[in-house]
Amino acid sequence: MGIGFDGMSRRSFGRAVAGTAAAGFAGLGPWRVALAATFEPALIYDYGGKFDRSFNQAAYDGAERFKKETGLTYREFEITNESQREQSMLQLAKRGAALIVGVGFGHQAAMTKVATQYPKVRFTIIDAVVDLPNVQSIVFREQECCFLVGMIAALTSKTGKVGFVGGMDVPLIRRFAAGYAQGAKFARPDVEVLQTMTGTTVSAWNDPARGSELARSQFDRGADVVFAAAGATGLGVLQAAADAKKFSIGCDSNQNALHPGSVLTSMVKRVDVATYNAMMAAKDDKWQAGTLSLGLKDDGLDYAIDDNNRSLITPEIKARVDQAKADIIAGRIVPIDVAAQ
Amino acid sequence: MATDRPAPAIAFDRITKRFGAVVANRGVSFEIGAGTIHGIIGENGAGKSTLMSILYGFYQADTGEIRLDGRPARIANTADAIRLGIGMVHQHFVLVETFTVLENLALGREGGLMLQPGIARARAAARAIEAAYGLAVDLDARVEDLPVGSRQRVEILKALYRGAEILILDEPTGVLTPDEAQQLFQILRRLKSEGKTVLLITHKLKEIMAVTDRVTVMRAGAVVGDVATADTDETDLAERMVGRKLAALPDRVPVMPTTPILSARALRIVDAGGVERVKSVDLDLRPGEIVGIAGVSGNGQSELMAALAGLAPLAGGTLTWDGAPVPALGRARALRRLGLGHIPEDRHKSGMVGPFEAWETSVLGYHRDAGHAHGAWLRPGFIRALTARRMVEYDVRPRDARLRTSAFSGGNQQKLICAREMARGPKVLLVGQPTRGVDVGAIEQIHARLRALKHEGTAILLVSVELDEILALADRILVMVDGRFTGELDRSEASERALGLLMAGVHGAAA
Amino acid sequence: MSRDLPWPIDYVLIPALNLALAFLAGAVVLGLIGVSPGAALGTLLDGAFGSLDGAGYTLYYATTFIFTGLAVAIPYQAGLFNIGGEGQAMLGGLGVTIVCQAMGGYPLWLVLPLAIGAAMIGGAAWAALPAVLQVKRGSHIVITTIMFNFLASALMTYLLIDMLRAPGDPSPETAAFPASTALPYAHEWAAHLGLAMEESPLNLSFVVALILAFLVWLFIRRSLWGYEIRATGHNPSAAAYAAIPVDRVTVLAVCLGGACAGLVGINEVMGVLHRLVLGFTAGAGIVGIAVALMGRNHPFGIVLSAILFGALYQGGAELAFDYPQVTRDIIVVMDGLVILFCGALENMLRVPVTRAWARWRTVPA
Repeated sequence: MGIGFDGMSRRSFGRAVAGTAAAGFAGLGPWRVALAATFEPALIYDYGGKFDRSFNQAAYDGAERFKKETGLTYREFEITNESQREQSMLQLAKRGAALIVGVGFGHQAAMTKVATQYPKVRFTIIDAVVDLPNVQSIVFREQECCFLVGMIAALTSKTGKVGFVGGMDVPLIRRFAAGYAQGAKFARPDVEVLQTMTGTTVSAWNDPARGSELARSQFDRGADVVFAAAGATGLGVLQAAADAKKFSIGCDSNQNALHPGSVLTSMVKRVDVATYNAMMAAKDDKWQAGTLSLGLKDDGLDYAIDDNNRSLITPEIKARVDQAKADIIAGRIVPIDVAAQ
Repeated sequence: MATDRPAPAIAFDRITKRFGAVVANRGVSFEIGAGTIHGIIGENGAGKSTLMSILYGFYQADTGEIRLDGRPARIANTADAIRLGIGMVHQHFVLVETFTVLENLALGREGGLMLQPGIARARAAARAIEAAYGLAVDLDARVEDLPVGSRQRVEILKALYRGAEILILDEPTGVLTPDEAQQLFQILRRLKSEGKTVLLITHKLKEIMAVTDRVTVMRAGAVVGDVATADTDETDLAERMVGRKLAALPDRVPVMPTTPILSARALRIVDAGGVERVKSVDLDLRPGEIVGIAGVSGNGQSELMAALAGLAPLAGGTLTWDGAPVPALGRARALRRLGLGHIPEDRHKSGMVGPFEAWETSVLGYHRDAGHAHGAWLRPGFIRALTARRMVEYDVRPRDARLRTSAFSGGNQQKLICAREMARGPKVLLVGQPTRGVDVGAIEQIHARLRALKHEGTAILLVSVELDEILALADRILVMVDGRFTGELDRSEASERALGLLMAGVHGAAA
Repeated sequence: MSRDLPWPIDYVLIPALNLALAFLAGAVVLGLIGVSPGAALGTLLDGAFGSLDGAGYTLYYATTFIFTGLAVAIPYQAGLFNIGGEGQAMLGGLGVTIVCQAMGGYPLWLVLPLAIGAAMIGGAAWAALPAVLQVKRGSHIVITTIMFNFLASALMTYLLIDMLRAPGDPSPETAAFPASTALPYAHEWAAHLGLAMEESPLNLSFVVALILAFLVWLFIRRSLWGYEIRATGHNPSAAAYAAIPVDRVTVLAVCLGGACAGLVGINEVMGVLHRLVLGFTAGAGIVGIAVALMGRNHPFGIVLSAILFGALYQGGAELAFDYPQVTRDIIVVMDGLVILFCGALENMLRVPVTRAWARWRTVPA
C-alpha cells in the first residue's frame, strides 16, 4: 500500500496555512501553528472499502494522484460500523487534519456533528449536502449521465429489453435507475427496462456472485444490455455479460477495459477528480465551503469512450447521445432526480 | 479361591484417593487372582466406583500402587488401561446407537483413512471372539435396534476385541431381565474358563453368591471384608456392607377395601410411531394399597405410568380422580396439584436435572408450590434448609444441598427423588423401578418408606422388573404383557414361579 | 466432582491463558505484516483503556455487546441457539424510534422507560415467530433466526427508504429525534462532576446494560420462570415430568433473548445516533454469539467478555488508525483469533489445567 507517514508527521497537526485562512487558526494554540510544516489531508471511506474497484476506489485514486503530484502523504480510515464514522472524524479533527474528506452520503450526520464542533477544520463530503460554513458538499447529478447510458443501452439492444442491477436499495441508486430508465425510454419509447436491486444490507455492494446471478436472470428474461450500479457486485454483472456474449455498462470508474467487446460503456462519476480537486484546493488554499453540484456540464460525469469500446457504439448512436448531452447541458432536457423528491 | 499362580492378576496396594475433604478410598488393599470372577460389593458411596475408575485410568490414586501380574502399573489414562489389557463395561453403555455392531467395534481402531479394511479386520476378529466365548451378536445389526442384553454383549465384545484380559463390569444386571442376567452369567463363566479375569461390581447379593469366586466388601472407602464366596452368605455380606444388623421384614397388614382414588378405564396409549403400547387397560388405585405391576420391560408399563401421571396423551379411555374426570389440558399439573407423587423409572432421564444443585432438584415439579416460591421467585434459603432436613431424614450423602445433582451417586440421587415425592404425603404415588442401581441399605430404606406411606393411606402403584421387590411390597399384583393385564394375583397366592409363568405365558421368552 | 475447578481458575485463569494465546497468535500475524507486535499491543491497550474517552468507546461498544450477548445466553439456558440478535436489535431500534419521535418534549425519565419497553417489545416480537415455529413445527431455530435477520434487514430498508426517511435526505435514515429524547453522555456527567473527559459515545445505556445483566442473572437463577427455563434446557423430559409447560417456557426464553437484543436500540439509536439509521446494528448481533460463548452464557461473564470485545473494537480502530498496514481486515483476523481461542478452543487448555490443578492439590493433601 505504501501510504505511510513518518514519525514526525504522525502526531503533528500539519496544515498549510496562508492568506486569509491564517487569521482563523489563531485560536488553535501556537504549537500547532509552529508544527504546521506539512499539509496532511485525510479520507474516510464508506463500508465498501478502498478497493471496491468503484466508488471508494475512485476516491482512493484521487488521493493517490494528489500524493504522487505533491509528494505529500494523507491519512485514511475504512469504517466497519456506524459509530466509527464519527469516531474517526473526531480523531482526525482532533489531530488537526488539514482537510477531512468523507466519501459517501453515510457520513452526513457524523460530519454535521463534528464539523459543528470543529468549525475551524475543513470538511468535504461526497454524495451528500452538509450545510455548514466549513463544509464543502460535492454531489453529482447522476441522473444526467444515467440518462445517456440508458439511451446507449436502448439504441444498442436488439431485443428491446435492457436491464439494471443496483447495489443496495438506497435513494442514490434509485436515482441511477430512474435516470437510466428515462434515457432508455427517451431514445426508444417501446423499450422495456428490467430493474433489480441486489439487496438491503451493505453486503449488497460486495457480492459479485449474486451480481452475476441477477444479470443472468435478466438475460433469461430477454435483456441484452445490463447497467450495473452496484459497487463490487457490479463486477459479477460485467463478468456474466461477457460470458453470455451480451453487453454491460460499467459504473463510477471507467470499467471498459475489464471485458473489452462486452462492456458497452461506463458511466464515469469523477469522484477521483472531486477528491483530488478538493485536496489540491485545500493545499493551495483555494478551497471553498458550499455545495458543488457536478454534472455533464462540469465534466463531473461522462460516459466513457476509449479504444476498448469505440467499435461497439455506432456513429449514429454516438451522434444522438451527444445531441442529448448538449440538450441536457443546455437545459432543454431535464432528467428527473427521484432521490430529491 | 481359584488361584495358585505366583502373582495375582491385580493387586491394589494401600490405594488412597481424596476429593477435597471426602476420602473416597482409604488405604484399599486386596488382590484378585488371575482367571477368577471377583465380586466387589458396597453401598453407594462406599468407593467401589472410584476404585474402578482408578484402575481404568479415569483418576489417579493420591497414594498407593496397583500391580498387574506382579508388576507395578502406571495407568495415566484409559488408553493406558486398554493397552494393559483392562476392559470396562459401563453401567450406561457407550455405543454409537446409529452404527452397526461392527462399526462400533471398529470405532477408534479404523487403522487408516479407509474404513473397509478396518471393518473387515474387525469382522474376522469378532467372529473368533464370538466362537471362543459364546457371545452371540448380530454384527450387522444397528445398535439402536438391539435389546439391552445384546447391547451389553456388544460392550463385552468390544472390550475383548481391544485385547482385554481383565474385564470390569459395573452393575451389569441393573438393566437386564432375569433371563438376560442368566445369559450374562453364562458368558462370565465361559470367560473365566478361558483364563480371563472378571471384576463384578454389584450390590445384588444373589449374583455375588451365584457367580463369584471371591468377594471384597467395601464400606466408607475402606475394605471391610475379603472372603471366598464359599465361606459366606447373603446375610453376612449384607450386614458387613451396611455395618449393622438388618431389620426383619414386617408383617403385612391386610388391606381394607376402600373406594379407589385414581381410576383408569379402557385406557389406550399409542406412541409417536403409531404403535399401540397400552391396549384398553382398567386400573384402580385405592388408599392404603400397593398395586404391583410385573412384567418384562417394554410391555407397556412405562407408557401406562406416563399416562397415569398425565405426561402422555390418551388415545382412548378415561382417567378419574376421586370419581371426577381429569381434563386432558394441563393434566400433569392438575394431577400434581391434586396430590400425585411420581418416582420415575429413569431418574436420569426424567427424575432430576443433572446440573441443578441438590436443593433445586429437590423441588422439581413442586417449585411453584406455596412455601417454595414467593410470587414469581424461588425461596432458595427456605428450600435449602428443607433439603438439608430431608437429606438427614432420607440419609442422602454427602449432605450438601448445594452440590450438583449429577455429583451424587445413583443411590443418593434416588433417595433425593424419593424424598421429594414422598415427603409431601401424596395421595397417590406412582413408583417406577425404585431400587434400580441402588444398594442394599438404601433398598431396605426405600421399601420401609413405601410401606409407611401405604399405612398412612397413600395409594401406591409399583412398577418393577425385580420380582423380589414386587413380592416384598405389593398387596395385589398385575402382570402386564404386550399392553394388557394378563393376570391378577393377590399377594397371598403369588410366587416368583407363578408370576414368571404369567409373564412368559402369553408373550413367550423375554426379548 | 473432581472435574470441578475452583472458580478463580475456571473463570479467571483459563480465560486469561486463552486470551494470552490469542494475542500470541495475533502477534505472529502482526509480525508477518511488518508491525511490531509489542507496539501494536501497546496501541491497542492504550486506545482501549489509556484515556477516558478511549475507555468510553470501549464501554460504549461493550454496552451493545452485553445486550446481544444476553440475547444469546437466555435462550441458551433453554437449550436453544438464538442467532437472530441482529434482526431483533433492528426491530428494537424501530421501537425506540417510534417512542422518541412521538415523545419529544417529555422528560427523559418518562421517555426512557417507554423507549426501553418499546425496544424490548420490538426485539421480543421479532424473536417470537421463530420460537413458535420451533416449538410447534420443529423448524430449527438457528435457521429461522438467521432468515429473520434478513427479513428484518429488508423490512428496515423498506421502512427507512419509503416510509421513515426524512424528505430530501439521500441517506436511508430518519430525521434526527427531538433533542430532549437523547440519553445523557458520560462526558456530560463527567463535566458536571468537574472531570474533564473528552467526548465518547458512552451513555446512560451502559448503566441500563449492567442493571439488565444483574436482573437476567437474578431471573435465571432465582425466579420460577428462570428455574423452568433451566430445567427445560438441561433436561426437557425432566421438565415435562415436572409438569413444566416446556413449549411455553421455550418461547418465553427466546422472546426474552430477543428483548435483550432489542435494547441495542437504546444504546445506538437513542444514545448515540439520535435517529434510526439503516444498518445501525453493524453485526453486533453476530458478535453477541461470540460474547456469550466466551462469557460461558453467564450474565457476569458476558459483561466481562463484552468489555473485552469492546476493547478489541476500540483498540482495533486505534490500531487501524495508527498503522496503515493494519487494515480493517486484519482487525477481523484478530477478532477471529480471540473468538477461536477463547470460544471455540475454550476446552483446549481446560484439560491440562484441570490435570495440573489435581496434581498440585494432591501433593500437599
